[in-house]
Amino acid sequence: MIATWIKPGSSILDLGCGDGTLLHYLGNKLNVRGYGVEISAHNIQACMQKGINVIHNDLESGLSGFEDASFDYVILSQTLQAMKNTENIIQEILRVGKEGIVSFPNFGYWKNRLQVMAGHMPVSSNLPYQWYDTPNIHLCTLHDFEQLCQQHKVNILERQVMNHDNKVTFLPNLFGVLAFYRFGRAPHS
Amino acid sequence: MQDSDSIGIVSARRVHFDTPLSLKSGAVLDNYELIYETYGELNPERSNAILVCHALSGNHHVAGVYADNPRNTGWWNNMIGPGKPIDTRKFFVIGVNNLGGCHGSTGPISINDRTGKRYGPDFPLVTTADWAKTYVRFADQFGIDCFAAIIGGSLGGMSAMQLALDAPERVRHVAVIAASARLTAQNIAFNDVARQAILTDPDFHGGDYYSRGTHPRRGLRLARMLGHITYLSDDSMATKFGRELRNGSLAFNYDVEFQIESYLHYQGDKFADLFDANTYLLMTKALDYFDPAQDYDGNLSAAFARAQADFLVLSFTSDWRFSPERSREIVKALLDNKLNVSYAEIPSTYGHDSFLMQDDYYHQLVRAYMDNISI
Repeated sequence: MIATWIKPGSSILDLGCGDGTLLHYLGNKLNVRGYGVEISAHNIQACMQKGINVIHNDLESGLSGFEDASFDYVILSQTLQAMKNTENIIQEILRVGKEGIVSFPNFGYWKNRLQVMAGHMPVSSNLPYQWYDTPNIHLCTLHDFEQLCQQHKVNILERQVMNHDNKVTFLPNLFGVLAFYRFGRAPHS
Repeated sequence: MQDSDSIGIVSARRVHFDTPLSLKSGAVLDNYELIYETYGELNPERSNAILVCHALSGNHHVAGVYADNPRNTGWWNNMIGPGKPIDTRKFFVIGVNNLGGCHGSTGPISINDRTGKRYGPDFPLVTTADWAKTYVRFADQFGIDCFAAIIGGSLGGMSAMQLALDAPERVRHVAVIAASARLTAQNIAFNDVARQAILTDPDFHGGDYYSRGTHPRRGLRLARMLGHITYLSDDSMATKFGRELRNGSLAFNYDVEFQIESYLHYQGDKFADLFDANTYLLMTKALDYFDPAQDYDGNLSAAFARAQADFLVLSFTSDWRFSPERSREIVKALLDNKLNVSYAEIPSTYGHDSFLMQDDYYHQLVRAYMDNISI
């Protein structure tokens, strides 16, 4: 999904890059040049084994090691909901990147709502944790995220909502499982 | 019995250079020798050579053992050998004693052709930039147009960076471990105390102690003891020694009482017997002088604009002498120049000395990086 938004040959910073699979794929497919940012030793090792540039850094402390507008895209894939400093990282993405790409599980998905209605925190393939062991401390819906963007003068350029392999266009906040946003700085911000 | 993946028996060789070497200080060395060891085979394309740079007190004996002294194991034997992170089945690994050293390369203890006596205090101060020149000439001798990698920890990491800056076309990968782009004031201060210990030793005689048959043992011993404290961490010293007493009870005198004192004295004594004081002085100066950003108004990113290599930068959490922050400054300069770089901060309790230790994560990272170097 993210690959369709990325121009070949561009520069990428992948925040919370995991084992480097996305960067590896984008490097082979689109000849992008990039760096992953990770904090987990296991993932850093996996990236290095793939020959991916990886920088050990704690996203919660921002991206101070990276210059303004030094990347075409800064990607934060399924990590936003697990971050403490949510607002800061959105600002940092737009400081360091010309555009940001963020994906997160939609808490407004009807099955999640149903589980809450039934009196339980949602557990599913996209939210596979119990309430007591989840790293996801800042779950949100599409509406919530868009509201945050508005507050921070973030200009949403493109949105794609998915239910597994299917694109969701009808009532996405209800039927979407995963949300992808491409965004930039609002003009004159 | 030695470990199965040790390089085994090794021996040192010397190479002589007759072309005068102009040093950063302005001095010129008419000729000089470097002592070195190699492990593995140089491939026909000469594309698999790795140069290992040593730290302050290191030398060319990086891996393996000597036939006549099987207990003298190379200082990075846990890292280099067949099947080890720096695999000698793939790479041709070279260890060189830096110019100014005291283990066989030309240095203060060598005979000065012009006088027929040991150089002593007349040996010029050498810098990492001078070493980088000697590395290039060394590579020329072997027909190595470009090192696959240059690797070093601490001062060795600085030397590696220097080559990447001064001869960018001569190295493809650089591993900078537990190093810094410049010493902090605190770090220079430690070096100065070490130097003062040597310089004020009555046996120093202005550096010309060889002709008087003395050696500033006391000064060198103190310098090493101080250095050693800064290479360890508070935690590792607490774990290893704590407040443990050597004889179980206080003696109410100034003899060695605590185990840490005993350890430091032992380390100091051992070092003072083996190392040359002039070389120690010179090496600490090389550390102090290293500052590639100096010619760029302190802008390290501008200094790295000429670098072309890919970099691996590693730091250790408990290293307060060359802290992770210092490594992050190097990483920032590399990122600003859009160079390939990977950086990891390795959890460790051993302080600066961590870079010499066996640690699974550390070694896995080096192995992963080395595996991806094409030859």
